[in-house]
Amino acid sequence: MSTDGTGFIELDGVEKVFDVRRKAGLLRREKHQVRAVDGISFRVPRGEMVGYIGPNGAGKSTTIKMLTGILTPSGGRLRVAGIDPSRERTRLAQRIGVVFGQRTTLWWDLPLIDSYRLMHRMYRVPDARFRVNLERCVELLDLAELLDVPVRQLSLGQRMRGDIAAALLHDPEVLYLDEPTIGLDVISKAKVREFLRDLNAERGTTVLLTTHDLTDIEQLCKRVMVIDHGRLLYDGGLAGLHEVGESERTLVVDLERELPPIEVPGARAVRVEGPRQWLAFPAAESAAPLVARIAAEYPLVDLSVREPDIEAVIAKMYADRSAV
Amino acid sequence: MAEEAITEASVEASGEASVEASVEARAEGVPAAEAWIPRVSRRAALRDGLRAYGLIVGMWMRSTMAYRASFVMTAFGNFAATAFDFVAILLMFAHVDALGGYSLPEVAFLYGTSATAFGLSDLALGSMDRLGRRVRDGTLDTLLLRPVPVLAQVAADRFALRRLGRIAQGLLVLGYALLTVDIDWTVTRALMLPMMVLSGAAIFSAVFVAGAAFQFWAQDASEVQNSFTYGGTTLLQYPPTLFAKDLVRGVTFVVPLAFVNWIPALYVLGREDPLGLPDLAAFLPPLVAVVCCALAGVAWRAGLRAYRSTGS
Ligand SMILES: Nc1ncnc2c1ncn2[C@@H]1O[C@H](COP(=O)(O)OP(=O)(O)OP(=O)(O)O)[C@@H](O)[C@H]1O
Ligand SMILES: [Mg+2]
Repeated sequence: MSTDGTGFIELDGVEKVFDVRRKAGLLRREKHQVRAVDGISFRVPRGEMVGYIGPNGAGKSTTIKMLTGILTPSGGRLRVAGIDPSRERTRLAQRIGVVFGQRTTLWWDLPLIDSYRLMHRMYRVPDARFRVNLERCVELLDLAELLDVPVRQLSLGQRMRGDIAAALLHDPEVLYLDEPTIGLDVISKAKVREFLRDLNAERGTTVLLTTHDLTDIEQLCKRVMVIDHGRLLYDGGLAGLHEVGESERTLVVDLERELPPIEVPGARAVRVEGPRQWLAFPAAESAAPLVARIAAEYPLVDLSVREPDIEAVIAKMYADRSAV
Repeated sequence: MAEEAITEASVEASGEASVEASVEARAEGVPAAEAWIPRVSRRAALRDGLRAYGLIVGMWMRSTMAYRASFVMTAFGNFAATAFDFVAILLMFAHVDALGGYSLPEVAFLYGTSATAFGLSDLALGSMDRLGRRVRDGTLDTLLLRPVPVLAQVAADRFALRRLGRIAQGLLVLGYALLTVDIDWTVTRALMLPMMVLSGAAIFSAVFVAGAAFQFWAQDASEVQNSFTYGGTTLLQYPPTLFAKDLVRGVTFVVPLAFVNWIPALYVLGREDPLGLPDLAAFLPPLVAVVCCALAGVAWRAGLRAYRSTGS
């Protein structure tokens, strides 16, 4: 999945190494290197919506900064729409939209509408186009009442919606979102997700999204990339994560009475609470033979199968990786 | 004001011409930025930079004008604060007839030209000392995302029209000097006046930009920069004979700020140069300004390349 087709975004062995100085003793300062991104390769075709996830410090934001041209890669090859971002940053800027959840791209002291007007001129958006885009964003992101408010007076969620609109006024072909739902309430999150889904479906905007809220990924992205310590751990469909993550399903059985943990081949008891027991078995296996075997040997009253949840899979993946 | 975009021209290669150039370069297997950057693209970048500068300045001016009363007050405050400088000189002259052999009108001439030149560059680029903070907290990222030169954005950020107060004060003192000073006017001397003010503004601007560039490495350097610009202008308001010869020589050659004022002013006033430089030196300011701006541009580009954002 990662190498087929023509990539709109192309990374080949991209690296970013930061030289950092650390205090070592009273006066001495030690120089050492942080490999924030350590040889990442992937392709994103035009119009795809991809989740880019990983634990804190994994290198997600650093990747996005390289994709926008803010940072120059220390190694490897990187192209967005055929452009090398760090070399032709201003030219690329016309074609991309960026939202940093942690940081606004709006003018802090100006009313929202003034920021938009300034963007309109800066990006040389045709007047009619600008009007259409602004109206659409104002309507879908509920900005009508915020337009005359200085950005510094907006709440986090209001500002985030303002920022998303700002990133889209010039019809970018690709949108990078670095934690766009951070700090949003349930309703705002749903609104933002719906907006992004429509944008991708109607305009065919390519979207690369980082987040710590896996619901964002489940609801928006068919494809997900997981990175940690600057390396790509997984790149593929959301469903495939379960196999790679060696995820397990859980069989919950209710017996007639309290018994010692059930022992059957192909499953192991992970928890016992009175007559109820939890058995873990590989997600890829069928539950039927297991159920038959248990029913034959134990006084079974009731049972249910629980699918692994994505949170658990990811958590396991992060944990396994750290242990290496 | 023209220098601010030149300096970024080759980093911010934009416009059609540069696109062609880089496509060509790629075809030959040469990375775009290492290829020769044609003049045309510099001109395109300059045009883009000035346009962006104008856009942002316009926005800030509109928002300042929304509070007209406050603008008038702060502009007057700016005027008054800088006026105290000259009042101090006036007070000195209440006790002596001449300062280092210079009469009050002559000192007023030095003061007026330097203050006007500095006022112009302060108006255009005075916001640049905020760059250090932007580098430190990573908000410069935002400016790098926009399709216009970063220098234009940094320079125009929070453009403060109240800084007109400083220019007004400089022009006022200059006007007083021109009415009272005894100059043997010739065509060259008359032309020297706007030349020295404009070159001076360009040299001050170059120092502003170079100082800002330095902040990419030392993020608390705005103090250093201010001591060069604000300190420089204070120094220049006094006649050179007042200072030790070595200091003057240092200032002339190390920080070419002297070209802003002393050398051409001495020529206009028909004075002997204490360093004994030939008359020709008085005509060098435009050349010095161009060199300074080019150097500032190199420093800015190097600084921008050194920028490495922040972790969050
Ligand atoms: N400007 C910088 N200077 C030095 N080190 C940096 C810089 N930016 C990032 N790093 C380091 O690079 C690594 C990756 O950081 P990055 O911000 O990309 O992580 P992330 O995946 O976005 O994490 P999070 O989920 O916490 O936002 C971290 O170890 C961080 O300390
Ligand atoms: Mg991050």
